[in-house]
Amino acid sequence: MNHQMRTVNTSVEKKDAKALLMGKPVYTDDLAPIDCLIVKVLRSPHAHALIEEIHTEKAQNVEGIACVLTYRDVPGKRFTMAGQSYPEPSPYDRLILDKRMRFVGDAAAIVAGETEEAVDRALRLIKVKYQILEPVLDFKTAKDNPILIHPEDDWKSLCPVGADNKRNLCACGGEEEGDVEAALKECDYVVEQVYHTKANQQAMMETFRAYSYLDTYGRLNMVASTQVTFHVRRILAHALDIPKSKVRVIKPRIGGGFGAKQTVVAEVYPAIVTMKTGRAAKMIYSRYESQIASSPRHEMEVRVRIGADKEGILKAIDVYTLSNTGAYGEHGPTTVGLSGHKSIPLYRTPKAFRFQYDVVYTNRMSSGAYRGYGATQGLFAVESAVNELAEKIGMDPVKLREKNMVREGDIMPAYYGETLNSCALDRCMARAKEMIGWDKKYPRVDMGNGKVRGVGVAMAMQGSAISGVDVASVELRLNDDGFYTLMIGASDMGTGCDTTLAQVAADCLECEVDEIVVHGTDTDVSPYDSGSYASSTMYLTGMAVVKACDEMREKLLKKAAEYLSCEKETLEFDGKRAFQPDGDLEISLKDIGNRAMCFNEEMLSAGASHFSPVSPPPFMVGMAEVEVDKETGEVELIDYVAVVDCGTTINPNLAKIQTEGGLAQGIGMALHEDITYTKKGQMMQNSLMQYKIPTRLDVGNIRVEFESSYEPTGPFGAKSIGEIVINTPSPAIAGAVANAVGTRIRELPITAQKVYEGMKK
Amino acid sequence: MEIEFTLNGKMTYAQISDDTTLFQLLRTKGCYSVKCGCETENCGLCTVLVNGKARLSCSFLAARANDCEILTLEGVKEKAEEFGKYLAGEGAEQCGFCSPGLIMNVLAMEQEEDHLSEEEIKEYLAGNLCRCSGYMGQMRAIKKYLSRGGHKV
Repeated sequence: MNHQMRTVNTSVEKKDAKALLMGKPVYTDDLAPIDCLIVKVLRSPHAHALIEEIHTEKAQNVEGIACVLTYRDVPGKRFTMAGQSYPEPSPYDRLILDKRMRFVGDAAAIVAGETEEAVDRALRLIKVKYQILEPVLDFKTAKDNPILIHPEDDWKSLCPVGADNKRNLCACGGEEEGDVEAALKECDYVVEQVYHTKANQQAMMETFRAYSYLDTYGRLNMVASTQVTFHVRRILAHALDIPKSKVRVIKPRIGGGFGAKQTVVAEVYPAIVTMKTGRAAKMIYSRYESQIASSPRHEMEVRVRIGADKEGILKAIDVYTLSNTGAYGEHGPTTVGLSGHKSIPLYRTPKAFRFQYDVVYTNRMSSGAYRGYGATQGLFAVESAVNELAEKIGMDPVKLREKNMVREGDIMPAYYGETLNSCALDRCMARAKEMIGWDKKYPRVDMGNGKVRGVGVAMAMQGSAISGVDVASVELRLNDDGFYTLMIGASDMGTGCDTTLAQVAADCLECEVDEIVVHGTDTDVSPYDSGSYASSTMYLTGMAVVKACDEMREKLLKKAAEYLSCEKETLEFDGKRAFQPDGDLEISLKDIGNRAMCFNEEMLSAGASHFSPVSPPPFMVGMAEVEVDKETGEVELIDYVAVVDCGTTINPNLAKIQTEGGLAQGIGMALHEDITYTKKGQMMQNSLMQYKIPTRLDVGNIRVEFESSYEPTGPFGAKSIGEIVINTPSPAIAGAVANAVGTRIRELPITAQKVYEGMKK
Repeated sequence: MEIEFTLNGKMTYAQISDDTTLFQLLRTKGCYSVKCGCETENCGLCTVLVNGKARLSCSFLAARANDCEILTLEGVKEKAEEFGKYLAGEGAEQCGFCSPGLIMNVLAMEQEEDHLSEEEIKEYLAGNLCRCSGYMGQMRAIKKYLSRGGHKV
């Protein structure tokens, strides 16, 4: 049914705002039992090695040590830590502890003890004799390298993703429409370039952490800072080789996720300690560990060939992505797809396109999910190539995009053939242009003091949930006095979905947001939800809320008809009462709620699951103004404007903060956040001292507006906002630098050194 | 060793090791608002007030707290809540993990400085990292908070 927006599209404050702001003990480490064991991991100093001998006796004898575990003590069944729907596309290539070390930081042993001091001491007393092997560190040499990262025979890929452990391939594949080579030959202008993005860290403020204990029934209970509660249940059952019925996972408040916590990075370690000792155990990742042994963005090298005719009409796009999944295959087969599927479809004009990819294993830390999930990497490449093409043609890059951009009503062959039912990309472009004053500033303004200002532009899209895969469920209950409980399986990780889903429910049930009590997430209690990732929560779980509310309204009318002894069809419900518009009978919601507590055998609850056959893309345009010092190459971000079409903004304040936060992360990726390794494979940026996430002095001025479309398949017309917002800064800032000083930076981050060297050429 | 100090207005004693940090000590005393985000003095999450000055408790030895007055967010609830309302009004708390540290530093800034420009505010708070909000919403909240008495930032 149609619902009116009352609280939807208003900036309701988050339900948990006060607890979060006032420092209440609501996060994982605040809730862990005081006497729980401290768990730490001994990490490999070698990028590739076999454990020949490991001696733990001395460590075990340290006072206060509860257990020291090695590869001999763990189940021998391989699993994946990737939080994805079963069967996971990511290969089963891990053990909790393995004999083979595959990156610097790989787990060699687990130690648990009463105090941190005891555990640290025990870690130092473990003696390991490694057989050091030659590593594969350069991902360009990984495919078909004689050195194999996963030579083991029990390596397993559950899905047909083109994986082959005997070729260091985590996935490969491709698709083509039309004749790309022929189309490129006919083009008047062709750009062919290679772009390189790094394994950026999500760097959420709360590092990975989890604690576990055995409950009254002897089941493993896991409290984890996770985005994927139900996937954690399954993964722990796989890793520990125990039935899923023996595992319960609870998510408290989360100190940020950004995809990092879509991988089960920390949970297995306390879990196995609790199983071995029967004791409560906790693992709190240090920042150092979060930097060197976690689940960062996949490093990608993307080759783009793109061609246009004299008029600037695009004729063909060819994208080849080489993705580095590192030591393990978490999210490897899936992230790479977005580098093509979320970049090529931005343009309606090319009659021919091709997208091919390889995902390779190397002896680097495993990659994972990070906001944007491959689209960010692909869009840096494709949008940079479009900027280079505009320069080659001698055309304003905004104009080139206006001629070619996808529009509402288009069928998108490079996006699963989906029809675009909602798209305000054209309006986003027009508004962004106005906001930054493009026509006055493009391409550059010489400041006359050795500094030049340039502007750059990029477009982006993402999806809204994984079509045909993700499932969201909610349960809704009517309580006495007529308030509701909304049970959700989606994970609020700070984004505010506990509140925004209540806004949706409040408008569907015509009540106040405060009358909706939201509960999430506990696998023993909450209905199944794939989890909070792939920009799915509002689009998918939001629709499940709409469905459950509609069912609840029907049930309320039925119950009211029973109490009023009239026909249900004569009644209407206005949120406060069921009444006869053409008669005198009425009963308040409060009375229904209270009466149902006696002499009742029909529970006033409603539940709904939802999946979507389509994944409607949100769109956005980002424009950057930078100032480049011609002497030093230093780049300062002056202004960043972004205009977003996420469909209806359910909560404008929260949508804006999502956008500003995503842009700041994208700005970090573009300008500051580098990942480099020593020759032996040690990661250099292993603290927030070296890994420079932006401070408030580094983000310039960020300005955000919305141009809303209405997505007919989303709740109240909403699409998604979570991920798309990180995608424009890299190509827009690279474009602005090029427009300022003529230097194209194709490898992130855009440092002063690279710009300086580029200008000297 | 044994130290005594005032924690949120209460005389407190503690038995500590030489290398206990103030952060570790405060968590054992139930001050859960104090968070750790980095171990390298970069993030500002563990900010508390020592004798009225903002200090990073993760790199402040507990031994140095002897005879000091320590304030955590638990000890400045009213003021924190007043500023917190502005953050919530912008939706700028997001995950909330960095909020207590930011609030402590904003309160210290308000105490120490008058009539700061936006650029000066950014510099003062540069050590308080936030990965969710992009800082803009925090700035909107800070400006509204500081100008609540009619003074414009």
